[in-house]
Amino acid sequence: MNMATKVERLEEPEYDDDAPLYEARRKIYPIAVHGTFRRIKWALLIVTLGIYYLLPFLRWDRGPNAPSQAVLVDLANGRFYFFFIEIWPQEIYYVTGLLILAALVLFLMNAVAGRLWCGYLCPQTVWTDLFQAIERMVEGDPRERREKLKTASRTQRVFEAAAKHTLWLMVAWWTGGAWVLYFADAPTLVWQLFTGTAPLVAYLWIAILTFTTYVLAGHMREQVCTYMCPWPRIQAALTDEYAFNVTYRYDRGEPRGSFKKSEALRAAGVPSGDCIDCKQCVAACPTGVDIRLGSQLACIQCGLCIDACDTVMNKVGRPTGLIAYDTEMNVERRQQGLAPVAKVFRARTLLYAGLIVVVGGIMVATLAMRGSEGVSVIHDRNPLFVRLSDGSLRNAYTLRIVNKQSLPRRFAIAVDGVPEAQLEIVGGISETENGHPVVEVGPDQTYELRALVSTHAKLPASASLPVTFSVTDVIGGETTTAPDHFKGP
Amino acid sequence: MAEHQKNVDAVTGVSTTGHEWDGIRELNNPLPRWWLWTFYACIVWAVVYWIAYPAWPLVSGYTSGVLGWKSRDAIEVQLADLRTQRGAFAEKLQQASLAEIEANPELLSFARAQGRAAFGDNCAPCHGTGAAGSVGYPNLNDDDWMWGGSLEQIQQTLLHGIRSTDADAHVGDMPAFGRDAMLPRPEIVAAADYVRSLSNLPVPAGVTPDLAKGKEVFETNCAACHGADGKGNIELGAPNLTDGIWLYGSGRDNVIASITNGRAGIMPAWGGRLDPTTIKALTVYVHALGGGK
Repeated sequence: MNMATKVERLEEPEYDDDAPLYEARRKIYPIAVHGTFRRIKWALLIVTLGIYYLLPFLRWDRGPNAPSQAVLVDLANGRFYFFFIEIWPQEIYYVTGLLILAALVLFLMNAVAGRLWCGYLCPQTVWTDLFQAIERMVEGDPRERREKLKTASRTQRVFEAAAKHTLWLMVAWWTGGAWVLYFADAPTLVWQLFTGTAPLVAYLWIAILTFTTYVLAGHMREQVCTYMCPWPRIQAALTDEYAFNVTYRYDRGEPRGSFKKSEALRAAGVPSGDCIDCKQCVAACPTGVDIRLGSQLACIQCGLCIDACDTVMNKVGRPTGLIAYDTEMNVERRQQGLAPVAKVFRARTLLYAGLIVVVGGIMVATLAMRGSEGVSVIHDRNPLFVRLSDGSLRNAYTLRIVNKQSLPRRFAIAVDGVPEAQLEIVGGISETENGHPVVEVGPDQTYELRALVSTHAKLPASASLPVTFSVTDVIGGETTTAPDHFKGP
Repeated sequence: MAEHQKNVDAVTGVSTTGHEWDGIRELNNPLPRWWLWTFYACIVWAVVYWIAYPAWPLVSGYTSGVLGWKSRDAIEVQLADLRTQRGAFAEKLQQASLAEIEANPELLSFARAQGRAAFGDNCAPCHGTGAAGSVGYPNLNDDDWMWGGSLEQIQQTLLHGIRSTDADAHVGDMPAFGRDAMLPRPEIVAAADYVRSLSNLPVPAGVTPDLAKGKEVFETNCAACHGADGKGNIELGAPNLTDGIWLYGSGRDNVIASITNGRAGIMPAWGGRLDPTTIKALTVYVHALGGGK
């Protein structure tokens, strides 16, 4: 390419100091496009919404003492079920781990190809996409819609608006309805919802989520991304010159001009860009930006302008890819006559991928190695110790034993660390195991009991002996321990 | 028109109220409409509330409201809800014997939880929140019981109290041997030294106890209740004097004071104040603290 034809990117207009602080809302009605990215978006929409709407109905057999729903947040009993995993409230750190993983995956996506999350997976994008599809289905493409504003009868327009909002509300209602199903047995709750016997809180949450979905996806749309969401601001700090972004290749496109004019210029031997200024990229954009101004905050990088542009390029017989996943650096390199570079494996991406493997590995390892029982001890605070009538000393403890299996289990309790210790359990069963008292804990439950440890041994003044309570499954043999202290006068 | 012109503030373009202080004029910015309507709505709400609910005090009584709502009824509903929540367990607790409750881990757990709450409300002021007691108020965690530490004995004490106004209360009398001039001071001191020797308590420096005389005094005056060996008698609430547990202190002065002035601690009868199920729960809770026999 000749250096003389090099064109600079178009600059955004300067700020007008007298302009109002707030921009008036410009309602965006994007046109329908067809192409690779549209197909990817449809597929992701069907998969993600399909998972969201249908997952609560998936069953998972956990035996007689546990719910059979594959994914269930059981708030009443403080349990989270995810297929074969069961999380207790004290294991909430797994959720922290999941959030860390999610953040790292977002970072990695960003380093590889910009706002993949925003463009394809974010619920706001997916639902907005669905709502816009419904809008086009009922009211027609933007051009048709504009025509109708002039020609169609009032009755037809009212009917169409009513149909659109009804469909939107139905989708929104279904969204809220699916949400509550994650918190109770789905088939039962569906039946209760339709017979009016579901708990009030279920109806309330459906109402709240119906409202938010309808407002956010139907009315606020791109404003959520542009004004409300912090992610566009954060991602600017995470991207680098190698990250692929939806890019208008101005090295190829400029100087732009109408098809007729540019053909005439080309015929005359004057260089002319591929962009025919048809503005289809702007018309297709769900956030209403002009990608030709370069990468910008409001662009969610959904790739729909790529499809729109490719369609036009095919029609006018010019090569596709005038808008494509590319980097600003490559555009500049091509202008200088250098070959474009695509460097996916670089320090940043390898670091993120490595961190994902490490965090994921730690989570899998801890999940695989966690025990199915637990014990915690609290020493009586008042009194710290008791002198018995025979002169011996006694300390009392409250033990809580956790049985994470879905079967009732018996545990033998032993104490170690006090000379001549005698252990007595309040709340045990009559049997003993090798002389140790035994308690029974119900399936998937905890059990609180009182342990009394006494000794005749003479302890040093202000004694505080470290003691260990060990809890052993009578049948399985699994043992867990908890430390505490034995106090003396 | 001229008047109107005069009342508009030049800077803001807002009309003024015509009030002026030291050249400062008050702008006429009325309340926002939504605020005003909210205010009116509140007034309407208040009037509706007066009619519907108890509101105005009268000379003797109050306006009761057309809905007939009473805070007492609301509490009754809450109490009924509580009973429903406790449901089956409360029922079982009511019917099971004390021994049955202790034998059933689930029921024991329920009774102990209810007992702990009732103990905190009713017993903790004297016995302490952990039932560790204090001077004059026995520690309920240990195994030394003046009136018996079996489930039935604890329940009996709870129901009828000690030296209370209840007809079936435990009654025992530790005379004031010194104050009532039943024993001369030297004999009291000798008896105190003898009693302390039963528990092998250390003799204070400079004291030469006359154990022979003390033994004689003890056998004549104390053994009737505390037993010849000093091990006490729960029928009379006479404490065991040979163990390491001293309700009023084990110092020489404390023991002399006990013999001189007598002791008569009081525990109220709870039978009439608490319902039988709560008494049961309390019995099991105290028994399970660790000292129960």
